[in-house]
Amino acid sequence: MNFWLELLVKIALILAVMLPGALVVIYGELKISAHMQSRIGPYFAGGRFGWAQPLADGLKFMQKEDLVPAAADDAVFRLAPYVVMMGTLATFVIVPFGPDLIAEDLDLGLFYLLAVSSLTTLGVLMAGWSSGNKYSMIGGLRAAAQLIAYELPLVLAAVAVAVQAGTMSLQGIVAAQTETVFSIGGFDVALPFLLKGQVIGFAIFVVAGLAELSRIPFDMPIAESELTMGYLTEYSGLRFTMFFLGEYAGMVSMAAIVSTLFLGGYWVPGVDPDMLNVVGPLVLVAKVAIICFVFIWFRWTWPRLREDQLQSLAWRWLIPAALVNIVLTGIAKVVL
Amino acid sequence: MALIDKNISKLPLWGLLKGMKVTFKAMVTKPVTVNYPKEKETPVPRARGVIALDVEACTVCMLCARECPDWCIYIEGHKQEIPPDKEGGRVRTRSTLDRFDIDYALCMYCGICVEVCPFDALFWSPDYEYSEFSISDMLHDKERLTEWLATVPPPPPLESS
Repeated sequence: MNFWLELLVKIALILAVMLPGALVVIYGELKISAHMQSRIGPYFAGGRFGWAQPLADGLKFMQKEDLVPAAADDAVFRLAPYVVMMGTLATFVIVPFGPDLIAEDLDLGLFYLLAVSSLTTLGVLMAGWSSGNKYSMIGGLRAAAQLIAYELPLVLAAVAVAVQAGTMSLQGIVAAQTETVFSIGGFDVALPFLLKGQVIGFAIFVVAGLAELSRIPFDMPIAESELTMGYLTEYSGLRFTMFFLGEYAGMVSMAAIVSTLFLGGYWVPGVDPDMLNVVGPLVLVAKVAIICFVFIWFRWTWPRLREDQLQSLAWRWLIPAALVNIVLTGIAKVVL
Repeated sequence: MALIDKNISKLPLWGLLKGMKVTFKAMVTKPVTVNYPKEKETPVPRARGVIALDVEACTVCMLCARECPDWCIYIEGHKQEIPPDKEGGRVRTRSTLDRFDIDYALCMYCGICVEVCPFDALFWSPDYEYSEFSISDMLHDKERLTEWLATVPPPPPLESS
């Protein structure tokens, strides 16, 4: 097939999966948060269960004026939402939905993933700096400090997985989790990396991932009670919508990465390998949904950390733990 | 077991888990919210929803209007002459109610008018659906107040000694 045509189809497919996915997560957040606070949440929009609430919100944002403050750095201010959105969508290039359902199986998939996921924070920093607002700038700088602190444990936790899998390709990592570990009465048992001893790695990755997404308990860059809305303060209309969608699309992509690295990705025990191209996407979506639910659960339960607690958690606990995890994984890899 | 129960709360992150248990419980519990226009709330029988008027019992004594703290009751009446039953009898007069309006935009539901009425012409009704689009339409006349009389619950039974 023509390269450009294939590219267009892939982009369209990723967008067709991602944006509705983000909307579903937004709806889930509205509904779950409401019930966790003994409310009902959206109820009337769309006729039943308020299912159309995210669409209605989007429509509302589209009608709003696209405001650029006088003190803002115009070009950078306008560009920032696109950078955030791009960084989020770009991670989906290497997320495998099935043995053949992957946009591009890069050999350095994991490396690429960690590289582009930092792009989001660059966009946030751009937004914070260019807004010409003190709150925005503090928010942006906090986001940068958070990136520096939490990118390390994220990478180190992923390194342990790469060591254990012996590859950095995400297809390879999923394949490594489908290998038979032992057999019980003719039934081959394969274990995802979470059950192959990456418990600490999983915990570190999830915590650092939450921080990368700047969700509660790590939402200091936004921190409504301290910084109004952080780097989002000056944004309105469609540009705000892009940040908003980007945040939830980021949640979906982070959940997809976590499930691919630690929970076996599209693979589930008991499914014929030939069927995985059909069942795989559904399995991945189910895993993503569970992780997204846990993220939402965290958000509506826990308070926000203080800025110094955030730094101390990363540098004093997560990074040493991640380093120890790598050493132990390496030893286990050599010995076993 | 007692030792575990006592020390389990000292485990790291235990408080976070406890919080998650609380939110999860709240999530699976049905909220008590009543989606008002779709579902109707049933008020308690003697709820102070609106004040109903029994025109026949009213003697236009004006006590309610005078006691009303924010002067939301408007009463007008006139003396009517009733001819004597028998030849040579005295012509009697009776007060007739012409206007009895309550401005529910002003009313603060204190119930003093109901308490003060010496002839039991005013009652509390649990009906609450009488809001209007304009504040000037909140002035309800005696015909409307009489309609609400049908929704007044019967008085509670007397206590036996």
